[in-house]
Amino acid sequence: MPIHDQTYRRYAGRREPGGRAWMVVAVNGIRTIIKKRLFLGLLLLAWIPFVVGAVMVYLNASFPQFTLLSMTAQRFRDFLGTQDFFVFVITVWVGAGLIANDKRANALQIYLSKPLTRTEYITGKLVILAAFLLLVTWVPALLLLVLQVAFSGSFSFLRQNLYLFPAVTVFSFLQVLLAAFTMLALSSLSKSSRYVAILYAGAYLFSHAVFSVIYAITGSTKLSWLSLPGTLNQIGDIIFRLPPRYSTHVVASLLAVAVVIGVSIWVLERRVRGVEVVS
Amino acid sequence: MAEPVSSTVVALESVSVAYGKNAALRDVTAAFEGGATGLLGPNGAGKSTLLKSLLGFLVPTSGRMTVLGLDVAHSALEIRSRIGYMPETDGHIPGMKAVSFVAYCGQLAGLPATDAMQRAHEVLYYVGLGEARYRNVETYSTGMKQRIKLAQALVHDPDVLFLDEPTNGMDPKGRDEMLELIRDLAHEKQINLILSSHLLPDVEFTCDRVVVLDKGAVVAQGPIDALKGSRRQVFELRVKGDRHAFAATLIAAGFECHETDEDVMRVFVEAKEGARALFAMADREKVQVRHLRPSVPTLEDVFAKAIGEK
Repeated sequence: MPIHDQTYRRYAGRREPGGRAWMVVAVNGIRTIIKKRLFLGLLLLAWIPFVVGAVMVYLNASFPQFTLLSMTAQRFRDFLGTQDFFVFVITVWVGAGLIANDKRANALQIYLSKPLTRTEYITGKLVILAAFLLLVTWVPALLLLVLQVAFSGSFSFLRQNLYLFPAVTVFSFLQVLLAAFTMLALSSLSKSSRYVAILYAGAYLFSHAVFSVIYAITGSTKLSWLSLPGTLNQIGDIIFRLPPRYSTHVVASLLAVAVVIGVSIWVLERRVRGVEVVS
Repeated sequence: MAEPVSSTVVALESVSVAYGKNAALRDVTAAFEGGATGLLGPNGAGKSTLLKSLLGFLVPTSGRMTVLGLDVAHSALEIRSRIGYMPETDGHIPGMKAVSFVAYCGQLAGLPATDAMQRAHEVLYYVGLGEARYRNVETYSTGMKQRIKLAQALVHDPDVLFLDEPTNGMDPKGRDEMLELIRDLAHEKQINLILSSHLLPDVEFTCDRVVVLDKGAVVAQGPIDALKGSRRQVFELRVKGDRHAFAATLIAAGFECHETDEDVMRVFVEAKEGARALFAMADREKVQVRHLRPSVPTLEDVFAKAIGEK
């Protein structure tokens, strides 16, 4: 194009096939967030437990006096439990403004006037949050497992603990999906990311506080499904074939997770629209 | 450059849209031909509702809508890939520079990343934001935000543009530039567009056809020249005496008469009758004619007649 010609030109180039807009949303969102140095620092911090675990794997494999540091199912379960803190912080940091900021800037009408569905928009936003959460849960846990297998020197560990691969995957994805859907739903309810962050923190902590009070009064842990972290802990213990810490039936815990995710999806369907319709 | 072939770009058949119990569009049947069509009406007439229904934001309670021959109810995604929407309210993706925002919109519309960025630069220059394209959109003035809304609607080279109050909040110079851009898009670049506005001069300057809405219903539609009624003469008339009673008498006698704010009446007479008919009426009603001047039919007359103003 001549440098002086700045008029409008018709476009005759290639157009991407439909159904990929969610990737555009996701990639753009991820790029925007990783530009922030403070967030990169947080991610590095979240990998410290992995480094500690990796050192333990090495010491256990290389020095007989460190057999106490052997990686068992309990240790992998504990590793993912440790990452709970980073899951919470990253969910609040990344997730609170994902939809709320778009609502504040009236961006939904821009998005939905393009050829992407509401499902693609929500999927793209979900992938942004899930990507970072998996980066601090599933990826380091899986790497730790691979390191353990690599350093063990034989296939015996792998044969005896093959279930750990799907266990780590299933639990990580459950952890991530529960956090991501819940946060996205809350983000769609408000135009203020700060308010959403407080709402999420409140729901997370309050649910556990309610369960703790009931436990203190009754001495029973059957109602652990009332607590978000409690529910995940119960399911995690079952997945890793460990003695469950609460007396709640696993079906109740799974149902609680399903209900929270289901309600979140329902809220997203109602709130993510091109126009605000006040009935 | 060849004139666009006139064919129906957007069609509505008996479309009704309601917000709860409030009917925003009532049994609207309208056809928007190729070229530039104005969607005119007072505030609350249903103009934005009509555009949002065509985009699929609102689901009609009845009726059928087509855009470029595609049914809105079944081909919403394909339609949205071929239209550009400039919303009435401010809207942008937060935290982005202008060129990144427009390129992002291009990618969302299906352009490859490299092409989207190139197109973003081109359309930003076209709308007059070339020098400000590396600034954050949130730092833009109202007029600049209007331009960037147009840019994001154009980046993917749509076949139809929906422009909702494009000159909102712009200063006179900016408004003129925006209208020139719209006129250029419609008449030189052969992009079909629907311009929704309550500002008659904007529509008259840029559009060839008009659809007039009032209280959710179509009250007039067609080519602006035809609606103006070039076979009739228009006179500006001021009388001494009971102006309202005289206006009522003129209307009763079959003349079209609109009162304006400045106690001047605009009276339409058939070409063969001329001013004599008015003098004769004034003489009969014992009213003194103080001012009589030939005028030309304007879109304001069409609008006033359509919505029943006097």
